[in-house]
Amino acid sequence: MKILVCVSKAPDTTTKISFTDGDTKFNETGVQFIVNPYDEWYALVRGLELKEKLGGSVTTVTVGGAENDPVIRKALAIGADDAVRIDASATDAYGVALEISNYAKDKGYDLILCGKETINYNGAQVPALIAEFMDMPFASQATKLEVEGSVATIECDVQGGTEVLEGNLPLVLSAAKGMAEQRIPNMRGIMAARTKKLEVVPGSGAENTSEVVGYSLPNAKSECKYVDADNAEELINLLRNEAKAI
Amino acid sequence: MSVLVFVDNKNGALVKSSLEAVNYASTIASAKGVDCIAISCGSIANDALEVAGNYGANKIVNNATENADNAQIAQLISNVVAEQSASVVVFSHDFSGKAIAPRVAAKLNAAIVSGVVELPNFENGFTVKKSVFSGKAFATYKVNSEKAVLSLLPNSLDVATTDSKAEVISDNSDLGISKLAFKEFKKKGGEGKIDLTEAELVVSAGRGLKGPENWGMVEDLANTIGAATACSRPVADIGWRPHHEHVGQTGVAIRPNLYIAIGISGAIQHLAGVNGSKVIVVINKDPEAPFFKAADYGIVGDAFEVVPKLVEAAKALN
Ligand SMILES: Cc1cc2nc3c(=O)[nH]c(=O)nc-3n(C[C@H](O)[C@H](O)[C@H](O)COP(=O)(O)OP(=O)(O)OC[C@H]3O[C@@H](n4cnc5c(N)ncnc54)[C@H](O)[C@@H]3O)c2cc1C
Ligand SMILES: Nc1ncnc2c1ncn2[C@@H]1O[C@H](COP(=O)(O)O)[C@@H](O)[C@H]1O
Repeated sequence: MKILVCVSKAPDTTTKISFTDGDTKFNETGVQFIVNPYDEWYALVRGLELKEKLGGSVTTVTVGGAENDPVIRKALAIGADDAVRIDASATDAYGVALEISNYAKDKGYDLILCGKETINYNGAQVPALIAEFMDMPFASQATKLEVEGSVATIECDVQGGTEVLEGNLPLVLSAAKGMAEQRIPNMRGIMAARTKKLEVVPGSGAENTSEVVGYSLPNAKSECKYVDADNAEELINLLRNEAKAI
Repeated sequence: MSVLVFVDNKNGALVKSSLEAVNYASTIASAKGVDCIAISCGSIANDALEVAGNYGANKIVNNATENADNAQIAQLISNVVAEQSASVVVFSHDFSGKAIAPRVAAKLNAAIVSGVVELPNFENGFTVKKSVFSGKAFATYKVNSEKAVLSLLPNSLDVATTDSKAEVISDNSDLGISKLAFKEFKKKGGEGKIDLTEAELVVSAGRGLKGPENWGMVEDLANTIGAATACSRPVADIGWRPHHEHVGQTGVAIRPNLYIAIGISGAIQHLAGVNGSKVIVVINKDPEAPFFKAADYGIVGDAFEVVPKLVEAAKALN
């Protein structure tokens, strides 16, 4: 099993969001970056579990500059065998996916595992774009993945429930909650990660089709209207007649 | 020229989030003075397909292939794009849209902006606003390609309907064989339960409830007002509630009309999944709970006393 896991960095989930340069750039001052949770907890860990069961290798791939290296080392500490960073500054998912596809084609990966979305751009685009660029089947928001020989059985979240799918490798999958349990790297993993291979390859100059031109914050919420606990029934009245919500 | 929109179906009917996307697409089409054409895949009755007209589609193209996979549906859509020389393709940013829309963008060499919350602006080329940072901010994207794929964040725009019916056109093209074969559909939760991702009303509870045995009153409230149930992450992690009820940054993101949070502190990761709700009600015994800052209505009090009263009052309404 040759497994490629797409790993991206994301601001820590407690980050207060603000912008600079006339609201055209995300303000990274003081922001702690983490491995995007869906990539780390679900895609990477399931990749490792499959490797442990079936043999093979797990490589991570990240598109971006050297500022990604700390999160890549974290993925190595959790157990990936080696890592590739494609040194390109993609401005959108299209560019990221094209870079990954250009890199991965001809390398014979059986599985390309992604997170279901990045928690900063919430795009849910890169995985299906890779699938189309590489002409592979795509399992979206998968919560289960089993592999027997060359056949994968997958469960995906869909409207109103889950769908069981079956297909031949190779395929692309985006992982959602349920796929695996988070693994905390131990000291040995962290030490080993320092010497694991992190190969930096140049980008292929993939085109972008869109770019961010500005950011804004939502309007401040109006004050909370308090209802006395002794008079809780009043809330139902307000929800019906004032908020018209029920 | 035309604006296309993909509509998903379930149980013989077009799904709500798709119909919102139809309305969005038809507004773009009207602004451009072109037709809005819906595309659907699966075996559904004509009168169910015609409903797309209520939301503004002039025509609906249907291919009757059952259980087509995302690659097959993307192929169908790109065929229609070519036939209709469409420049914009709209999806809902729901399960089906997330699986299919990027494939269509890759086929068309088109920019894809997902989770859009406003109509595009054509004054300065093509710009459109989308939700980012789990609802904590918006980004405006500029489309640099000739064609564009947009997916609309569910429940983010008002919908207007008319009595018009869409003209149904059968597409008999062969979509080839599925490389990811459909085996089975498993319904979430019990029969008759409202699905969280589609629910307009949601009652949610957290660690403040102390244990799974105390969820009876939460379900009572939900059933009385016709809401789905949800929970905070720790509650799903310890197994008090099923995983699919976990809302937040790492669980399901929802945008209902009403979200009632009981015994949930309002951690930033929780808020990230529910901050798109139209009306937020917080019930917490701690007046300092951060959730109150995001609330429209609040009750500072013990859930075990407050919730049964709410159930009674809601029953009295019905
Ligand atoms: C990377 C990361 C991702 C995360 N993702 C998510 C996510 O997606 N979703 C999520 O929910 N969390 C997420 N979390 C966890 C989050 O930080 C909080 O820990 C969690 O939301 C807290 O859950 P809670 O509010 O149920 O529990 P607590 O924080 O323990 O709050 C319980 C609340 O109940 C109140 N209470 C107690 N007794 C009563 C009573 N009798 N009546 C009324 N109120 C009472 C208390 O005052 C308190 O405010 C994430 C954390 C991390 C680090
Ligand atoms: N810059 C990147 N490098 C590598 N993988 C990425 C990158 N951006 C996104 N991905 C992968 O694609 C998934 C979905 O991202 P997105 O489409 O941006 O929401 C993520 O969970 C990652 O697995």
